[in-house]
Amino acid sequence: MRNGKEWGLEAREGGFHIRGGANTGTAAERWARVLFTACAWTVILAVASITLYMIANGLPAFFKIGWKELLFGRVWAPTAAEPKFGILYVILASLAGTALAVLLGVPVGILTAVYLAESGRPGAELVRQAVELLACIPSVIFGLLGVHLLSPLIYKLELRIFAGSDTHRFTGGANLLSASLVLAVMILPTVIHMSEAAIRAVAPDIREASLALGASGVQTIFQVVLPAARPGIAAGAALGVGRAAGEAMAITLVSGGSVNMPLPFESVRFLTTAIVGEMGYAQGVHRQVLFSIGLVLYLFIMAVNITLNRAVKEGK
Amino acid sequence: MKGKGVLLSGRQGSPPDAFLLAVIYGAAGLSVFLLLGMAGYVFSRGFRSLSLRFFMTVTSELKGTTGIAGNLLNTLYITVLTLALAVPLGVGGAVYLNEYAGRGRLVRLVEFATEVLAGIPSVIFGLFGMVFFGNALGLGYSLLNGALTLALMVLPLIVRNTQQALRAVPEGYRNGALGMGVPKWYMIRTILLPAAGPGIRTGILLAVGRIVGESAALMFTAGSARLLPGWKGLLKKPLEPGGTLALELYLQMENGDYGAAFGIGCVLLVFALLLNFLLKLGQTGKTEGHLPENQPY
Amino acid sequence: MRERAIFLLIAGGLICWLSICGRRTAAPAEELSGSICLAGSTSMEKLSNGLAEGFMEKYPGVRVTVECVGSGAGIAAVVSGSADIGNSSRSLKPEEKERGAVENIVALDGIAVCVDPGSRVRGLTRQELRKIYTGRITDWSQLGGERLPIVVIGHTAGSGTREAFEELLGIEYACVYANELSSTGAVLARVASTPGAIGYISMEAVDESVIPLELDGVAPVPENVEGGNYILSRPFVMATAGEIGKQGELVRAWFAYVLGEEGRAVVEQMGLAVPGEGQE
Repeated sequence: MRNGKEWGLEAREGGFHIRGGANTGTAAERWARVLFTACAWTVILAVASITLYMIANGLPAFFKIGWKELLFGRVWAPTAAEPKFGILYVILASLAGTALAVLLGVPVGILTAVYLAESGRPGAELVRQAVELLACIPSVIFGLLGVHLLSPLIYKLELRIFAGSDTHRFTGGANLLSASLVLAVMILPTVIHMSEAAIRAVAPDIREASLALGASGVQTIFQVVLPAARPGIAAGAALGVGRAAGEAMAITLVSGGSVNMPLPFESVRFLTTAIVGEMGYAQGVHRQVLFSIGLVLYLFIMAVNITLNRAVKEGK
Repeated sequence: MKGKGVLLSGRQGSPPDAFLLAVIYGAAGLSVFLLLGMAGYVFSRGFRSLSLRFFMTVTSELKGTTGIAGNLLNTLYITVLTLALAVPLGVGGAVYLNEYAGRGRLVRLVEFATEVLAGIPSVIFGLFGMVFFGNALGLGYSLLNGALTLALMVLPLIVRNTQQALRAVPEGYRNGALGMGVPKWYMIRTILLPAAGPGIRTGILLAVGRIVGESAALMFTAGSARLLPGWKGLLKKPLEPGGTLALELYLQMENGDYGAAFGIGCVLLVFALLLNFLLKLGQTGKTEGHLPENQPY
Repeated sequence: MRERAIFLLIAGGLICWLSICGRRTAAPAEELSGSICLAGSTSMEKLSNGLAEGFMEKYPGVRVTVECVGSGAGIAAVVSGSADIGNSSRSLKPEEKERGAVENIVALDGIAVCVDPGSRVRGLTRQELRKIYTGRITDWSQLGGERLPIVVIGHTAGSGTREAFEELLGIEYACVYANELSSTGAVLARVASTPGAIGYISMEAVDESVIPLELDGVAPVPENVEGGNYILSRPFVMATAGEIGKQGELVRAWFAYVLGEEGRAVVEQMGLAVPGEGQE
């Protein structure tokens, strides 16, 4: 601005607020361009270096232990005299936990989205406020409530289901089911938000056509609107998968933490909780394996992201 | 509103319809119940541990008291440092994407990278921060390390929201300004950025929410110390370790000190409410302006 | 406008808060200044924080930061130089000593075996404990309690407490855990809130939310640990890279404090045993 004044350009622009001219600070112009480009490159650099570091830190263990033994080994005994680093159950636990969370959370999310988009009642506003606030709650709070409220309830259920069983190892309510329930609640806002947008984006004519043909409102929703909104809903579900698979702090204390075959009432260790729980204690190969676990998680999330991208593009 | 959907309130037919209708209402009710139940529970449990001492002191093992003053300060530091790093970068990147670059390969690459970055889980950011900022750059456990890590994490939020806001600025503004011979940077600075202000602010608010609520990425980068510095220490503080509120909540919960944990939960919830309110303010401001209706965040 | 008002309100509040907090911690006259970094065992968190607090009261110019990252990582940190002192809740391993870590025992701890407050069991024998942790006893009714499954809780692999516990009982790597948790507090909290649970934690961490068991008739209290009667005893070590005498002024002052009268008082206040004179 000062430059413009110095060069007397202000008068030229007269009544406008724009004070400057074609050659105002050309150096500044060039610098601005360079700086903006640099900013954009930072994003690429960040992703590239994260990928590189994850690979560089995650691969050595694969070579040291052998990728087959690492990925498909079933025994996790990192500190034993003869350490075993099989992460098969850890991977399976993450897959099962995520799947269960999505199975529990997505239907509720979609139905809530239907209510938000289609009810047209003042109550919908209250629901929307609640959902938006749910999205703002830090994940540790979900964990806190999980440990404090959910675990004891699940333990009661466990005691009832496995009453008299001699073979079941009781988990005290810290198991796959508890973790999945916490994750299901956590992904709700994402799923609801994306689904609602998708439902609202469905063209009004096809609704009207359906209604005109004599279908009821509910029939129209389930047979016309939801199928038409599928790509958007799928994108929401995929985002939910990403969030559930990547969450750590909310579920470290409700998942039990032992490495077991992932069944609903087994204490399990996820990819994320393995990293958070053991990084402090790990040394040497153990530590490298934790980075390998990070790499597996990273690749999994990447795969989900790419699928998501596809889904969104298909929708367009 | 965009949606004209009132399909639920119209005429409904057969009993199966009534059942499905009930399911829909049930799901919506469950969502509300979950939130109100959670918030209500945290407040009712946490309210008791809130006191002046809770906010003003640091946890003392010798006296057996709990206080979060150190964590509050750490949270403040991390938030300010992260925003100072991420906002210029993010806004700059978005300006490049929207105003300088065409539709070339670089743009697609940047957009793809932004999406990837947004999807990376926070544990991975934590690992990266630990080995890159912590070990390679020698920052160790420090607030600065945490802020750098979080800056990468919130970058996509800022880029996306800025980009959306810039897209929403009518083309006429640009043409008008450029047609009068105003240089581009000047046009961006005086016209585009102010017009995109509400969108950028939304991005910043969302970023603040993410920073304050984050714990996994900070565990291995910023550490967990909860000391308060003296006046002289305030400047050196970024190079020292420090745990934020969310991480302290996690640690307290791990230690089974639920009183303190719910107290911190209370503070975080109030903060979330406040943030939500500010976001709402920003959004109403947006629709009152001339900009076309924006995608919600 | 409303937003600006809110913003000003928040900013004003922050400034007030900062100035009040800041005044309280503003340092008066000081002899020593600088900072000491402790890293390591989560079992030693309470002790380290307590000692740090007392030390900083005595030397207001010094800042002591405590990072609880686990025994192994703590020793690694002190060897690599990223921490001044590495906390370890077990004796140092030979290979750690080879790398230059020196063992300084600051306190003795007993690993207390605890059960949830609803339990009727008050004591176990060593043999019974072994059987519980290796999965051969799975119900409290087998031990004279009520019919309730035993929820076996332990620490994450690599934890100092776990290594000491399994080693002292001779059941290394043979344990079948229902929960493996990554900190002392987490084990305590889980035992306290789970009917039928059993867990082991540092005796200083025991509070009224759980019931500590007698082992072979000996209770996990400082007197028994000091006298060597309680079998699950282990040292709390503050490792240094090289002898204490070769450390900087601050670290020497730290150990003078910790091993002196005042430090011992803190150790006792934390519910730990003071190492005997000749023992170090």
